[in-house]
Amino acid sequence: MKAPAFDYIKARSLDHVFTLLAEHGDEARLLAGGQTLLATLNMRLSEPALLIDINGLENLAGITLQADCLRIGALARHHDIEVSELVARHAPLLSLAAPHVAHRAIRNLGTLGGSLAFADPAAEWPCCAVALDATLVLQSQRGERRVPAGDFFLDLYNTDLRDDELISACEFPLPTAGQRVVFDELARRHGDYAIVGLAIRATLVDTVVHDVRLVFLGTGNIPMRARAAEQALEGRTPDAATIAQAQAQLADELRAQADIYHSATTKLQLACVLLRRLLARLAQPA
Amino acid sequence: MEDSLRPALPIRLIVNGVPHQGTVEARTHLVDFLRDNLGLKGARTGCEHGVCGACTLRMDNNIVRGCLVLAIQADGKHVETIEGASDRGNLRELQDAFHARNALQCGFCTAGMLFAAATLIEEQPEASRDDVRQFISGNYCRCTGYQSIVDAICDVLAARRQARGIHP
Repeated sequence: MKAPAFDYIKARSLDHVFTLLAEHGDEARLLAGGQTLLATLNMRLSEPALLIDINGLENLAGITLQADCLRIGALARHHDIEVSELVARHAPLLSLAAPHVAHRAIRNLGTLGGSLAFADPAAEWPCCAVALDATLVLQSQRGERRVPAGDFFLDLYNTDLRDDELISACEFPLPTAGQRVVFDELARRHGDYAIVGLAIRATLVDTVVHDVRLVFLGTGNIPMRARAAEQALEGRTPDAATIAQAQAQLADELRAQADIYHSATTKLQLACVLLRRLLARLAQPA
Repeated sequence: MEDSLRPALPIRLIVNGVPHQGTVEARTHLVDFLRDNLGLKGARTGCEHGVCGACTLRMDNNIVRGCLVLAIQADGKHVETIEGASDRGNLRELQDAFHARNALQCGFCTAGMLFAAATLIEEQPEASRDDVRQFISGNYCRCTGYQSIVDAICDVLAARRQARGIHP
């Protein structure tokens, strides 16, 4: 289908964006990569009166290494992240997840900030941001606000972002010594929204895992931390018996929701499969 | 507001090397602008929400979905469609291989398929058959069952490796 009619303004500066947001409130939507927004407009799932194109705002782009974090601008494209040497070195989980973000033509335009703001429960970046304890940097006329990723995603397509704010960047803490990350997902077609995905971050000492973080995508309304399964793994070697215990915890805590193709039982089964596969990968020599 | 009351937006862009200027409605997609305003029908409108890949074209030398870019977003940019890329011989190896392998039937997906494949062979000259399958997963073909398309792309990769003195 074709998108409904709307007005379009190319923002000249952040202040211009804030003025337009103040004027138009929730009638306006920010246009970044547009790879989700334009699809939803084409399907007429939303009908904003105004699109504010923020693509020209260069201070929202770029990937920079800071003293204590890797800062990725909201306008960084998925493909920029996929091929970035800085990301590969300082936030390797994102390098592992990037090839799963849609298809190449979409990765050329879609942005980190757009994905975080849209908060699709099956999207990769919200899951990775929670897994890495990233911080979202939000800007408005009132100033800057910093929100931990774990507090940002509230419910289905619902975040802590206010009507007058935009995401300007996301900051990923630098990896600590011995930290390992793994990511994978199961999808009907590579690049489609995943049925279930999993990001694991852990510190490996010999064969023992510490500080384990398990975050699933596609199982609920927001990135889902599996805290009981994390506890089942903490301080242990992930052998078959330990993995089975963690999987048993998943059955209790995941409360996976069915989608139109997959039952909750299927999703739980696939979550258990991913957990087993990724723990094996995590333990492999670097 | 009625559509007719919304101001048309001025646009200037270069399509297949030729400068164009005119006006567009904000809601017009790039693929519709190319097809309906410029008469370039090579990029297809398929699903119109980014899933099928039939509208794949190049903007500033990167492949994009023509249905997920507004025409106005191409203001000031270089756009290339299959017509332009084909005429300048940019896709000749792939086109020959698609022909030899019978890698199309109805042809609806072919323009998008060629652009995706061209990106792959430039960026991943060592791509395996699995890499090829994964890379073109963003482009639907409802005729061929994909085998012949994958064969054609693998032929080009192998020929290029051979030309560089590396045996496939």
